[in-house]
Amino acid sequence: MTTAVRFQRVSRHFGTVRAVDDVTLDIAEGEFFAMLGPSGSGKTTCLRLIAGFEQPTSGHIEIFGETAEGVPPYRRNVNTVFQDYALFPHMNVLDNVGYGLMVRGVSKAQRDKRSLEALALVELAGFEARRPGQLSGGQRQRVALARALVNEPKVLLLDEPLGALDLKLREQMQVELKTLQRNLGITFVFVTHDQGEALSMADRVAIFNEGKIVQVGVPEDIYERPRRRFVADFVGSSNVLTPDFSARTGGPHKWASLRPEKIDIWREETLPDATVRHCEAKVISVHYQGAVTRIATQAGGQLLSATIPSGSAKVSPGDIVTLAWPAGALHVMEDEA
Amino acid sequence: MSAGAASITLERGGLARRTSDALFRRPALLLTLLLVPPLLWLGIVYLGSLFALLAQSFFSIDEFSGLINYEFTLSTYRELFRLANLDVIIRSLVMATAVTLASVVVGFPIAYFAARYARGKWKALFYLAIMLPLWSSYLVKVYSWKLILAKEGIITWIAQKLHLVWLLDAVLAIPVIGGPSLSISYLGTFLVFLYVWLPFMILPTQAALERVPGNLIEASADLGAHPGQTFRTVIFPLALPGIIAGSIFTFSLTLGDYIIPQIVGTSSYFLGQAVYTLQGTAGNIPLAAAFTVVPIVIMGLYLWIAKRMGAFDAL
Repeated sequence: MTTAVRFQRVSRHFGTVRAVDDVTLDIAEGEFFAMLGPSGSGKTTCLRLIAGFEQPTSGHIEIFGETAEGVPPYRRNVNTVFQDYALFPHMNVLDNVGYGLMVRGVSKAQRDKRSLEALALVELAGFEARRPGQLSGGQRQRVALARALVNEPKVLLLDEPLGALDLKLREQMQVELKTLQRNLGITFVFVTHDQGEALSMADRVAIFNEGKIVQVGVPEDIYERPRRRFVADFVGSSNVLTPDFSARTGGPHKWASLRPEKIDIWREETLPDATVRHCEAKVISVHYQGAVTRIATQAGGQLLSATIPSGSAKVSPGDIVTLAWPAGALHVMEDEA
Repeated sequence: MSAGAASITLERGGLARRTSDALFRRPALLLTLLLVPPLLWLGIVYLGSLFALLAQSFFSIDEFSGLINYEFTLSTYRELFRLANLDVIIRSLVMATAVTLASVVVGFPIAYFAARYARGKWKALFYLAIMLPLWSSYLVKVYSWKLILAKEGIITWIAQKLHLVWLLDAVLAIPVIGGPSLSISYLGTFLVFLYVWLPFMILPTQAALERVPGNLIEASADLGAHPGQTFRTVIFPLALPGIIAGSIFTFSLTLGDYIIPQIVGTSSYFLGQAVYTLQGTAGNIPLAAAFTVVPIVIMGLYLWIAKRMGAFDAL
């Protein structure tokens, strides 16, 4: 499979700040690749390095086998959907979408035809004559998408494109973007700080922290088998067990992750057998979240949260409960004990 | 409710408090109070006197007695279009246009730098450099320019030191704009106009450029536009309202000024000087009023054309 984007030991420093620090990464052609991390973790800088708005301080970047350093953004066959869309306020929707073709010298007739097709693709037919200011957030987002796609880029970069949309629209756009990517076969590089978004849309996810990639893998790997405490904590807020607690409950003396949904509240008189690990814990708070209820507890110095189906147990803050989880649910991480 | 229960409204006292409460409940009253004084000023004092002046242009002057004949006539306007007067109008128009175009060319890069690159200390320095000339007296500045441009002035001196006197002479030998020295030529008048009105072009242009989001420029490059195309299709159109605003200043200020051409330049009249002389020494108020109508009509036409060309679309 062809490599669409390759980072070889790429760093981008701003003064003493290491925005991107020694990142090595391969993104395959046709892949939906998500860069996930908290703000300031370097994911957006990585995107800007691919787009050409930033140049690496050191290291090497290749886009489809061609060296990218020193190539200005306007000579890269890569397009970006900006976080706040960056639509041209003085042009109507049709001219916005046709802009990339216009600067390349495509004739007006050809340009309008292709722009209308792109608008139809994002279901915005009939909006050509409007100004960006007359559109809703979701519509602007679609125009930005059409404006990028009309150029038939080799790689489409999306910088938190759904961040400004409300929940319902965001979920709808997630499905549409994924479908679009599958149909067009274009490589998508998607930057987000929303783990749900990354896990549900991407083929592979890279977790960023402090300018470095902490883990790259398919969503299941990232979620089920985090390699670092940071990943376990950031993606889906897993319980991070200290080596001491892990050893005390029958596991190895290592940092381990335990998903809240794997923990149950034990209500039988007899204690479970050895395949089930358990501990006593004090309930701190109970959060009803609809289908599930999230229970925060404390066992010694260890905080543990459990999500259980709502209505399956009646607990209130201050109760002492027995938490239990299958031995196989514990995932041992690579951090030093 | 028990007497001890706390009221949700706080205890209020004093006239100021009660006044602000009343204004809070009647926002229309507040708006009226805020707007009436400036509207009175604008409506009566400002526009009123302007219309009184314009009305004068429809009167005529009795050639023998020099008294104003208060009857409606267009004869003053007929006089306005006599060759000698038309000359003044055209001269002023050409000068105002040249000054405006030159201030765009000189002012834009400065405004662009200030808006896009200058930060913190540099930005403060920019504002200081632009505003500093405005703090000193206009007359002092114009007279110092007379000294700079004079035959014995600093420009001639520099030309001598650099052995470029031939160049200066060649420039002064250009017909119409040249003259015996820079301080007695249209070129000199032009240079002083440009200097004096340049801040009025730079500031609105800079304000407009400041409002162009950086990501629009990135988006343009991202879509394949090289810097020249980005400038033509994104930066310039978005800065145009600011440039138009600046050009209104430079254009109208040049059209109306009567001091600079009097101190630096040839003896031929500009619009402002014509008005000044006609209402003063000549006492021909109707013709002076007709002359003041000229820049108003020109500016009106100019704005109409600018609007038709879409200069305000980005507002």
